[in-house]
Amino acid sequence: MYRYDEFDHQLVAERAAQFRKQVDRRLDGKLTEDQFKPLRLMNGLYLQLHAYMLRVNVPYGVLSSRQLRKLADIARRYDRGYGHFTTRQNIQYNWISLEETPDILAELAQVEMNAMQSSGNCVRNITADPFAGRARDEIEDPRVWCELIRQYSILNPEFAYLPRKFKIAVTGAPNDRAAVGVHDIGLRMHHDARGRPGFEVLVGGGQGRTPVIGKTIRDWIEPEEILAYIEAILRVYNMHGRRDNIYKARIKILVNALGIDKFREMVDAEWQAIRGQGLTVPEAEQARIAEYFQPPAWASLRDIDAELDTQAAVDPAFGAWLKSNVSEHKAAGYAIVSLSLKAPGREPGDLSADKMDAVATLADLYSLGELRVTHRQNLVLTDVRQADLKELFRELVRLELATPNIGLLTDMIACPGLDYCALANARSIPVAQDISRHFTAVDKLQEIGALSVNISGCMNACGHHHVGNIGILGVDKKGQEFFQITLGGSSDQNATLGDRLGPALPQAEVPGAIESIVDQYLALRDSDSEPFLATYRRVGIEPFKTAVYGEEPVRRVA
Amino acid sequence: MALIRNAALAADPYIELGDTGALPSQDPVLVSLEQWQQWRDELVAHPAPVGVRLTSEQHPEAIAADLEHLDLVALEFPSFRDGRAYSYARLLRDRYAYTGELRAVGDVLFDQLLYMHRVGFDAFEVSGDDPLGDYEDAVGEFGVVYQPAGDDRIPALRLRHARV
Repeated sequence: MYRYDEFDHQLVAERAAQFRKQVDRRLDGKLTEDQFKPLRLMNGLYLQLHAYMLRVNVPYGVLSSRQLRKLADIARRYDRGYGHFTTRQNIQYNWISLEETPDILAELAQVEMNAMQSSGNCVRNITADPFAGRARDEIEDPRVWCELIRQYSILNPEFAYLPRKFKIAVTGAPNDRAAVGVHDIGLRMHHDARGRPGFEVLVGGGQGRTPVIGKTIRDWIEPEEILAYIEAILRVYNMHGRRDNIYKARIKILVNALGIDKFREMVDAEWQAIRGQGLTVPEAEQARIAEYFQPPAWASLRDIDAELDTQAAVDPAFGAWLKSNVSEHKAAGYAIVSLSLKAPGREPGDLSADKMDAVATLADLYSLGELRVTHRQNLVLTDVRQADLKELFRELVRLELATPNIGLLTDMIACPGLDYCALANARSIPVAQDISRHFTAVDKLQEIGALSVNISGCMNACGHHHVGNIGILGVDKKGQEFFQITLGGSSDQNATLGDRLGPALPQAEVPGAIESIVDQYLALRDSDSEPFLATYRRVGIEPFKTAVYGEEPVRRVA
Repeated sequence: MALIRNAALAADPYIELGDTGALPSQDPVLVSLEQWQQWRDELVAHPAPVGVRLTSEQHPEAIAADLEHLDLVALEFPSFRDGRAYSYARLLRDRYAYTGELRAVGDVLFDQLLYMHRVGFDAFEVSGDDPLGDYEDAVGEFGVVYQPAGDDRIPALRLRHARV
């Protein structure tokens, strides 16, 4: 993974020192809260319902065991002994004091971490395929480019006060695990006919109140030109994005207002003016960063499928875990292992400090010390020997991190919801907990197969409900928490937005409704291998309406 | 209100033009875009320096062809949260090759001075007890930058490979 050199160290140290002074000035009353707010947000500090929340960047989801131990240490000493992994591959602490934040940032700097631009109207943490550099289907490792874009965007003076937040995601694999279609800029790496890499650039995707799937603005950008092209997009957005209404300020609104062709024309004019100058990535810098992402020294091994099959036959629990939580690795004899942070009844994405330490130890023992955070709020061990899987499984079971549900119904994304968030209409976490308690039978979950359930506590859509195969949105109905279900959303390479199923339901009815939807799907699918999304796209929404609301859905007056 | 220009406290010689358009005989004058467009010929003939002040709704393209006649361009930050003028400054310096005084006016606060300096502003209307001291602190907070902008700081991605 990337390691800081003296320039990176100096910049992060200077940033931490700057924030310490800003906090002092705030506490002395020299800064008003209005003046201070964007400054603290750009250091990841939000004021929530009960306390400050600090969001720490995990750049493109890559984490070392040493960093995870520091995150555990911070959870223990400055928070309540746990942290929350987020859909932006970051970690949040929910019970932070303003006065202690500068110390936390200084401690993070020791392990080459920071909270720069994890919030605010600026370019946020770059996200990527959590299997980057390891996945068997990968065309090109996106992490080199993520790091270049990260550095380009950090403290970029021109774009510190954009109209609204700006999210960039990168995938180097055809199977999109980074949801690039719902980002302000989504980058897909391809190869040209000669096998050289380049970027397809999507723009104007996003969720929130106005969900939009990003549109391809360019199907090919040479890799060394990507920073100049991103700058052209950012400049057009910075000058022309709406600033009169925060709900209309994201780039997707600008792109939709102008139309993609006009927007492309404006970006191209800007790009032509700045191409080939200071933003062209120097070959030496690209090579320097690429060095950090060279594959580790994998041993020369063979895949042991037959042996694993035997182990799975003897121990069905291991077999179930193998099937859902273990993914193909590009090196023979190795596997990618996902640790589920979605045990029944748990808060999705939460992990205690003690478990963070235990996971760090497992990463050292079984995975060359490297981990990833996924946008579905799980953790990944990147380089596990297939021969060690059984032993690792036993360790993970002990830690309750082996729930065999990755990619299945109970692997839910949920925002913090009304339990923490001042914006929420409804509590997301209890709904997720209800559903995970309702669907505990492993056989049933695996029979259902690939199915994403995403829960947001309000229309800001932090729980990605628009792109859940089943989306659940908390709404306020005359002071009561209700939940609106959508079907058919997806954030993969064929991203789509979900369709509204019918009237919102009270919390108690949600698990039953999910069960009705699932049963209808099982009845309608053409074979065991047709996933929920494919069935839904084939049969449409009507059979599912009937399943949940009966033959003649009651038309309730809104 | 104090004016910092080229890293020093400076007097502001510019007089803002009133609604009548009555030009002072010898003094430098600062006008709005509308005034510039209305009295362009008189202003071009004015014997003293002329500056134009743009609001954040006014794109500098509107004066791009006239920059040779201008000694000052003032860009307004109606609120420190409105970041449009950062891009306008980049365009004025890089695209339109403007080399005169580029002044940040409006809600110009300590914590944004470095960003303004980096995109090409060289003059700042600021307040406070020690404006120059504040300015020096603000623009000196970072010894490392990651990206090229409108200033002469060399970004890390070049310095790394310039080392001998």
